[in-house]
Amino acid sequence: MPENTSAFHLLLSGDPALFSIVGLSLAVSLSAAVFASVIGMPLGALVALTRFRGREFVIVVMNALMGLPPVIVGLAVYLSLSRSGPLGSWGLLFTPPAMVIAQTILVTPIIAALTRQTIEDLWLEYRDEFSAMHIGAFKRISTLLWDGRFSLVTALLAGFGRAAAEVGSIIIVGGNIEGFTRTMTTAIALETSKGNLSLAIGLGFILIGIVVLVSALAWGMRRAGERFAG
Amino acid sequence: MTRLLQTFRLAVLLALIIGAISNGAAADRSIVVASTTSTQDSGFFDYILPIVKGRLGITVKVVAQGTGQALDTARRGDADVVFVHAKTAELQFIAEGESLKRYPVMYNDFVLIGSRADPAGVKGSKDIREALASIKNQRALFISRGDRSGTHMAELALWRDSGVDIEQAKGTWYESIGQGMGAALNVASASEAYVLSDRATWVHFKSKGDLEILVEGDKRLFNQYGIMLVNPQKHPTVKTALAQEFIDYLISPVGQQDIAHYMVDGQQLFYPDANDPNA
Amino acid sequence: MELLEVDVDMGGQKLLRQVSLVIEPGAPTVFIGPNGSGKTTLLRVAMGLIAASSGRVLWGGQSQSPPRRRAIVFQRPVMLRRSVFGNLHYALASAGVPRSVRRRRADELLSLVDLDGVGDRPARRLSGGEQQRLALARALAREPRVLFLDEPTASLDPAATKAIEELVRLVSANGVKVVMATHDLGEARRLAGDIVLLHRGAIIEKGAAETFFNSPATEGAQRFLAGELLL
Repeated sequence: MPENTSAFHLLLSGDPALFSIVGLSLAVSLSAAVFASVIGMPLGALVALTRFRGREFVIVVMNALMGLPPVIVGLAVYLSLSRSGPLGSWGLLFTPPAMVIAQTILVTPIIAALTRQTIEDLWLEYRDEFSAMHIGAFKRISTLLWDGRFSLVTALLAGFGRAAAEVGSIIIVGGNIEGFTRTMTTAIALETSKGNLSLAIGLGFILIGIVVLVSALAWGMRRAGERFAG
Repeated sequence: MTRLLQTFRLAVLLALIIGAISNGAAADRSIVVASTTSTQDSGFFDYILPIVKGRLGITVKVVAQGTGQALDTARRGDADVVFVHAKTAELQFIAEGESLKRYPVMYNDFVLIGSRADPAGVKGSKDIREALASIKNQRALFISRGDRSGTHMAELALWRDSGVDIEQAKGTWYESIGQGMGAALNVASASEAYVLSDRATWVHFKSKGDLEILVEGDKRLFNQYGIMLVNPQKHPTVKTALAQEFIDYLISPVGQQDIAHYMVDGQQLFYPDANDPNA
Repeated sequence: MELLEVDVDMGGQKLLRQVSLVIEPGAPTVFIGPNGSGKTTLLRVAMGLIAASSGRVLWGGQSQSPPRRRAIVFQRPVMLRRSVFGNLHYALASAGVPRSVRRRRADELLSLVDLDGVGDRPARRLSGGEQQRLALARALAREPRVLFLDEPTASLDPAATKAIEELVRLVSANGVKVVMATHDLGEARRLAGDIVLLHRGAIIEKGAAETFFNSPATEGAQRFLAGELLL
């Protein structure tokens, strides 16, 4: 990317490097949010609906993991994916999938914890009616997931927001390689250290713009939920 | 439960597919080069990699870290080539059997940067040792990279040459920040301190503020770059053929000329010296 | 159905003590008594939502499994976060009604409870009375042979109450056995075929409604009917 140009100029001129950075950021964080949902939502629902020894402890751990420091996740994934590590043969270090893996690990607790909260609240509400209508276990779960869909989508957006904003893990496992693993956050870190502050700030605005958009979507989703399902 | 496992496997499969797709085009002719942040910050890779792609058809992926970290990455087998500027550490690397041969490539020089105010009065000095001794005596604010990088190790060597035991002498005037060259320059600029930088990164640096070059040209400030192929016997996944192609290009007359043509603001930043037996 | 010496303990408290009761098909059976007397608990045990801590619940003379076709309407029914039709379809689906027939049945049920025309509205937006009618429609979707109602009109205004009571009469006339709990004496008078008076988890008196109201046998029943507070 040319130096000394503001990010807005690059945006307007359709600079391919900038678009590839933004595109990669979205692809990685969105994928991570989706995978985290696939893992975290059933997990959260399971914890919400079953009684087992140590359930309170599991809930406390799930909530605590929401605050997992990204750099630690990055380090752990880095050591695992390194050629001299246990998963080295996958050859994933310094590639986008490694970034997706790290962010998925980061985001799954958030989605699981939010899902658990949503499902548990809904479950307490619906419990009697489920019994009254003789609904089987599997149907109960799918009903809860469907009726709670607006809150669950909000959880997914929250996960996406967290992933899109972080840099600590993906810079370690991705290596910030130009054209391959450079995302908005890692590019901002790089340009700042190079003294290209105007470019870094510009990228920052774009990133903030995306995060605000996601928040607006989440808010819109809540409103739609209220209006539609009451 | 099986549904969960199935979904999980699907997820991993999808991740690998994404990986394959994004790597697909490059996977065939690409190598990973572990290098330093100063080299990256100087813009050298932005300049040379497209040329390499054009001439050799090889996609070079550079992971930029501190020298120590870069060598560690290679020791773990996560890179095919190491390209740093710390001869002692490179020779150690070879002694460990991590590489079979070191090729000198080019050099650039370090410069002593400081504020116009120059509290230690070092401007124009031709002897870096005197300058550093003066800074220490005046307890003038000095920023050190402190990150085991080639620059950091050169800085430590220069303190030794100046007769300063930096471990003893350091105090609040000596700030070790543990980051790359760009970051160090940022801090120096913000606090009007002295800092040792490679010329390339300095020329490239955008927020110079009140800083300028105070000491340059002393032979002791020369910064030699060496490139090494990671030993494929120790790390079978190294892409030996492609990596060797890359190295051969850099030390060839064509590559050396390309290196010499890298200019920023009309200044040549790197001086090719692959043929120098002492480099 | 028959409850034999049923006790229900929960949270360290005895909610029902040695309740023995026979419920036969026919006119509605109404449980009455002050709040906390155990009417709701008795209803839930009879329906099978909670297990008796001791004693037995028998259907059809033996320990037969309770009929699938029984339904319950709670005092404050919970609407699913869907439209009115959505709720009905859900109830019909869980009752095993085939997809092709569901729409027609839903329309019929809505008509029955006088909710035509609001099919597409979000169910949670209905008024209290409308929600109660919808809950009744959901229950009837199962074509129950026994319908349990837990204080269905407790939170409704008189107009809505009247609508519900009329539906109960209609349903009972169509052969469904209604078992209902209420603390409204007037309502009990209006609807009951048999009365069971509960106080502090035990049955004070039970029998045909006419007998109960005109010549109550026990002192407790007499005082209750006289409007005294039973403590």
